[in-house]
Amino acid sequence: MTVELRAVTRSVGGEVHIHETSLALKPGGFNILLGATGAGKTTLMKLMAGLDRPTTGRVFMDGRDVTDVAPQKRGVSFVHQFFINYPTMSVFDNIASPLRVAGLSKADIETRVGRAAEILRLTPMLKRRPAELSGGQQQRTAIARAIVKDAGLVLLDEPLANLDYKLREELRDQLPAIFADRGATVVYATSEPSEALLLGGHTATVDAGRITQFGPTPQVYRDPGNLATAGVFSDPPINVAAAVKSGDRVTLDGGLTWSAEGAAARLPDGRYHFAIRPHHVSPEGGTGVPVTGQVLITELSGSESVAHFALGPATWVAQSPGVHPWRVGEPHAFRIDTARGFWFDDNGRRVA
Amino acid sequence: MKTENQRAWFLVAPVVLLVAFNALVPLMTVVNYSVQETFGNNQFFWSGLKWFEEILTSERFQAALGRQLFFTFTILIIQIPLGIIIALAMPRRGIWVPVCLVLMSLPLLIPWNVVGAMWNIFALPDIGLLGYFLNQVVGIDYNYTRDPVAAWITLIAMDVWHWTSLVVLLTYAGLVSIPDAYYQAAKIDGASPWAVFRYIQLPKLSRVLTIAVLLRFMDSFMIYTEVSVLTGGGPGNSTTLLSIDLVKIALGQFDLGPAAAMSLIYFLITLAVSWVFYTVMTRNEGK
Repeated sequence: MTVELRAVTRSVGGEVHIHETSLALKPGGFNILLGATGAGKTTLMKLMAGLDRPTTGRVFMDGRDVTDVAPQKRGVSFVHQFFINYPTMSVFDNIASPLRVAGLSKADIETRVGRAAEILRLTPMLKRRPAELSGGQQQRTAIARAIVKDAGLVLLDEPLANLDYKLREELRDQLPAIFADRGATVVYATSEPSEALLLGGHTATVDAGRITQFGPTPQVYRDPGNLATAGVFSDPPINVAAAVKSGDRVTLDGGLTWSAEGAAARLPDGRYHFAIRPHHVSPEGGTGVPVTGQVLITELSGSESVAHFALGPATWVAQSPGVHPWRVGEPHAFRIDTARGFWFDDNGRRVA
Repeated sequence: MKTENQRAWFLVAPVVLLVAFNALVPLMTVVNYSVQETFGNNQFFWSGLKWFEEILTSERFQAALGRQLFFTFTILIIQIPLGIIIALAMPRRGIWVPVCLVLMSLPLLIPWNVVGAMWNIFALPDIGLLGYFLNQVVGIDYNYTRDPVAAWITLIAMDVWHWTSLVVLLTYAGLVSIPDAYYQAAKIDGASPWAVFRYIQLPKLSRVLTIAVLLRFMDSFMIYTEVSVLTGGGPGNSTTLLSIDLVKIALGQFDLGPAAAMSLIYFLITLAVSWVFYTVMTRNEGK
């Protein structure tokens, strides 16, 4: 199913939730909405589902204007962040509920529910009630309810956010496969950049009620078109500093200076924003411009270390594989691989 | 070094004393009266379970108990569904929410004897607004001071007016705590309003409704003030509920033994039914 938002906006009580946005989803593919909590991902999904009406603009599905069509007539399914199931119904009845409303025959319902339960490995639990299931099983029930009706558009609103780590990983691996051969257009909202990269497909970055970029996920990650996209699509947060280019020299706010190289060398003189991902800031021994900063926070994940350090007026983040002997409160040497950085103009548009 | 001492008893003593004086001592006094025959001059004679037998087999008690059960059952049958309907109709957001909540709270804030007095005057056939309207404008012969049926209707109308708000407020609190996502899921499924009520709202309200039924059962089973002011148990004995009858025996006839036995039976019935409700409530929680 093709889904298109044409110049939609959404305001509630004078407060703008979605600024004018146009978006044509990749039909039959995985479309990821990536953005922080409150950026507008859920509102965008509700506009697609018909749960909210756009204040201005239109919504099209398969070329048809569906702006005024009720949710149940749009052929969509929606999986919420919280495990939403009917509490008094068995798992079977929960999964069957959209089919019953649609008026399918009993035999039809049984085969389709059986198939959906098999895909989501719920077959042994069909007779139980949602409250008797684990969180992962409850969410799988909700997902089964979403796939059973073969909706053309499946909206998954942070479906894994409330699951524990192991289950999240397991279900995340299964999700693309579950939807791959159903031909449905899937929209998946998440606040984690790593989840977007793992799921692949296409990604739209959402920031403060705007879609800042839309394209194949790896491309959006590697080639952010603006500062907002680079900010949304980076975890740990991307390092950003105001910079001045003058002749062949670049000087960051705070005094750090180096001679411009690559695409940056061709930029006209002026004020810019320089942004670089934390994993391009390495401890001593790496490549790039050497700096020394006082370490403020360190985080260890086992396979990698993260250090927040003071550099000029800002706090920078360095991310590096392995365990590093950084000590909080002490100055340590870092290298900034400036050739890997992004350059944005004063309006946040990517220039190099 | 001795680490154990008895000092901790001093810390619980205030509670023990408090409970003793406000619950245990009065209750035991009643138990004391219930097994003795009382004569003037403060003379008491042991009478065993005589009073209990007499009360339980007396037609007067059985009739009062019957009226009491009928009253409680009727007001529950009316107030619980009506409370749910009103709560469902109330706005969930906007400026009307506080207005509705205040309006709903008003009957609950009026002293019970005032409620009785209000309805007593309101329903008087010659001067009361309701009574006069029914008799003179609608043309129904309505006189609750003379006609038992009219007295019952007035009594039930008064209790519904006074207490439905409690059910409304409890149900409303339960309703607003249901996450929007449930309603969205129902919308996506295309579920009917009835299905939303049956499969989302009612299950999510089950606990708060159990509490509402329990509270309304206890309160209505022990009702005294409003009835006493409105009808005083009349006309005849037609609205003499258990508590009214109890006061007649205890203070009117000063039969301390039977009154004490009746109090205990009354208390045990209330306790038993409340216990059943409590068991049902905790069993539902286990699920």
